[in-house]
Amino acid sequence: MKQGSENKHRTPAHIWLCWLLLAGGSLALWPIRRGIDRHAGGLGEHAETLYFSSGKTLRALSLGHAGLLADIYWTRAVQYFGRKRIARARRFDLLAPLLRITTELDPHLLIAYRFGAIFLAAKPPEGAGEPEQALQLVRRGIVANPGYWRFWQDLGFIYYWDLKNYKMAARAFETGSKQPGAMVWMKAMAATISAQGGEFRTSRLLWSEIYRQAETETVRRSALAHLAALKADQDIGELNALLTRFRKEQGSEPGSLENLVRAGYLKAIPLDPSGVPYVLGANGKVTVGAQSKVERHLLPESPPPPGADS
Amino acid sequence: MIQRIRTIAFHTFKESVREKVLYNLIVFALLLIGSAVLFASISLGIGRLMLVNLGLSSIAIFGLLMAIFIGIGLVSKEIDRRTIHNILSKPVRRFEFIIGKYLGLMLTLLVNTSIMTGGFYMALYYVERRLGGEDLLPLEAIYFILLQFAIVVGLALLFSCISTPILSAFFTFCLYVIGNFLGDIRWLGQESGSRIFEKVTVLLYYVLPNFSDFQVISQSAHGISVPPFLLTSGTLYALLYVTILISAAILVFEKREF
Amino acid sequence: MLAIETVDLTKDYRVGFWRKRPRRVLDRLSLEVEVGEVFGLLGPNGAGKTTTLKILLGLVFPTAGTARLLERDARDISAHRNVGYLPENPSFYDHLTAQEFMTYAASLFGLSDKARPRQVGRLLEQVGLAESKNLPLRKFSKGMIQRLGIAQALINDPAVIFLDEPMSGLDPVGRREIRNLILRLKENGKTIFFSTHILSDAETLCDRVAILDHGRLRGCGELREILEVGVFSTEIVLEKPSRDAVVALGPFTSSIVRTGDRVRLELRAESDLNEVLAQVVRWNAKLISLNPVRMSLEDYFMERVGEDDTSLSRKSAKVRTESPKSE
Repeated sequence: MKQGSENKHRTPAHIWLCWLLLAGGSLALWPIRRGIDRHAGGLGEHAETLYFSSGKTLRALSLGHAGLLADIYWTRAVQYFGRKRIARARRFDLLAPLLRITTELDPHLLIAYRFGAIFLAAKPPEGAGEPEQALQLVRRGIVANPGYWRFWQDLGFIYYWDLKNYKMAARAFETGSKQPGAMVWMKAMAATISAQGGEFRTSRLLWSEIYRQAETETVRRSALAHLAALKADQDIGELNALLTRFRKEQGSEPGSLENLVRAGYLKAIPLDPSGVPYVLGANGKVTVGAQSKVERHLLPESPPPPGADS
Repeated sequence: MIQRIRTIAFHTFKESVREKVLYNLIVFALLLIGSAVLFASISLGIGRLMLVNLGLSSIAIFGLLMAIFIGIGLVSKEIDRRTIHNILSKPVRRFEFIIGKYLGLMLTLLVNTSIMTGGFYMALYYVERRLGGEDLLPLEAIYFILLQFAIVVGLALLFSCISTPILSAFFTFCLYVIGNFLGDIRWLGQESGSRIFEKVTVLLYYVLPNFSDFQVISQSAHGISVPPFLLTSGTLYALLYVTILISAAILVFEKREF
Repeated sequence: MLAIETVDLTKDYRVGFWRKRPRRVLDRLSLEVEVGEVFGLLGPNGAGKTTTLKILLGLVFPTAGTARLLERDARDISAHRNVGYLPENPSFYDHLTAQEFMTYAASLFGLSDKARPRQVGRLLEQVGLAESKNLPLRKFSKGMIQRLGIAQALINDPAVIFLDEPMSGLDPVGRREIRNLILRLKENGKTIFFSTHILSDAETLCDRVAILDHGRLRGCGELREILEVGVFSTEIVLEKPSRDAVVALGPFTSSIVRTGDRVRLELRAESDLNEVLAQVVRWNAKLISLNPVRMSLEDYFMERVGEDDTSLSRKSAKVRTESPKSE
């Protein structure tokens, strides 16, 4: 058989030109893209965009797939939060709307409310520092899911920990304790808070509960960090009291915690929850060591944490 | 060559501009823009904002629909109805056909967008009772909308050289949607922790058409002008992308048998 | 000078969705068409006629072999300046009018602004569409589209004209018009290459024909040559012959067909005509006619293509001789 004519056919010039444009164009896309990204802030800008601001609109647009969309928004919220936390951002502008949309899309996505209760309320960089938004979110959760007593715990917690409104906190725990299935300690908590306000034991118990009930790693880690910080805070309080006693009895500055040990005030230098010895700071106050894993921003400088002074 | 491309473009324009669906879309878009006047009059304070947002969005959405539906018809209809046999049996080279078709449709879209823009400005004038310098800002957004159309038509053209009309429409639409979320997709890759997935998403980020930079409607509604750098780089990006798409379409088309 | 030349032209299409297999639609086709000839490409549906035309016009690329058009490779579209093409079952743009479409075609050939309207008007007149020139094409009937297709194929006053099934969709009047048009073009020295499966058209128009079946060339030559190859026989028609007459004639005939009162007998080639006539006289049968039967193109065609093909419409009720074993 003879050779096909196409084999002998010379490739026309415009074909080569097309290949050239295709290759050259694709290569040139890259620097342009980078230029645009650099200028417009690119990535950050995109991720900051809320395409829809109302979950109800989105729900209508989802054509019956609101559940799936809620899951997507929930993921977006968590990812947004995680990314901002890594960047140690001070503002979490989209967290509240994202969670609102998520819960509007799927009002029974309990985890979203509970997540919001903790991280919307917490102070930056731990959370968004928007306790009012957190309260709103949890209240909506209660309306949509009556009988889920843990929302009352969350509500109480926000009042107790973030707003230091012990009256409201006690009332929330009280109401929650009357919900079916509520744990007994809810009632005890209500009583304790209304009698004593904030104090270490209450705080520790609440955080331990959060730790125990945590469904996400973020919450669990946060609870652990808070528990560690609470413990450290308590330790530091006791050590500072010891220092005061030393100064009064010895009439001199201790200089270091080692001197406290030498003088018999301490058996050994105590370790913080992450296993690092406490140190005496330049300001004459005890603080966690440089290597300590305890989150410094959770430790109150002044005023002291709830319970430390009461 | 130029003369033949011009002839094909002109007759493509003539043929597509008489398509009934086009009129329906334009009428619908104008109705929507008109209704924006109503909304604007009942929403205190943000009347103009709302009109600009709704008007420009209408232009973008209906233009997109036109670009996809008529863009798909460009080549696949000619193949389906075998009109292509007739054209290619004349001294028309295949690349001339593709370029002519592309330009013809862009001309159609340009005319339609102009009509819708005219409607929009009439509505704006009705609400404001005057047109000032700041009312030129929406033109920037419309220019960016046209740049998007240029890419969408290029996509439609390429797909309709490869696939059936319905699949082409589907692919084009999907790429448009994906192109609006590319930033999120890349970011998802970064968050995933999987190196391969991250590489893939970065690749997609650079290769797929990025439409999100062209979305400046709400900015211009707020009276924020598009930075000159973005104006030029966006234009350059769109031109480059269209060149790539048309080159690819020509390469596919040259190999195709009818 | 050769207008069309193919050498061992072969085309495989890859068919199937997943594992594509090649299917040969054209198998080593070699043809030569002189300038000024009217050449008919005959064959049943799916024989490869349209594929041949498409390869010659550069719409499809050959798997092997060469196709040359006006002494240029078929891929070189510069030959298209002098070529006109009517596609099979053409369809054009719904929203253009006949005049706009013709103007479009004319512009693609680069006809000057002055020459264009004249040429368009003349051709529309010629195919009888002058009155509907401002009608959008979606309102055209199939026959009108076919006429328009022919008109646009002639817009550049081509030297070579390809017509793919030019008569399909036309009524008898239209067919005769187109036939006359083709003859007129032939008088003007045009080369016409057309495909058809309607043999009577080919018989009246073609200088030469090629017969294609399953992608293979089954025969090619001048009509006269082809038809002379056919076996001669004789056909007699009797009116109201008696049973005995028919029985007596039986041994001389290859077929007997009764229609109404008449019986048509086709004689075997070797039969002695005198003896047959003697029998007719002897049994007192009334002789209506006696004709020598030349082989028709259709017979030739059937013989070459084989009887299994049912796609061919047989128009005449002509009785065939028994097919000699071909090839």
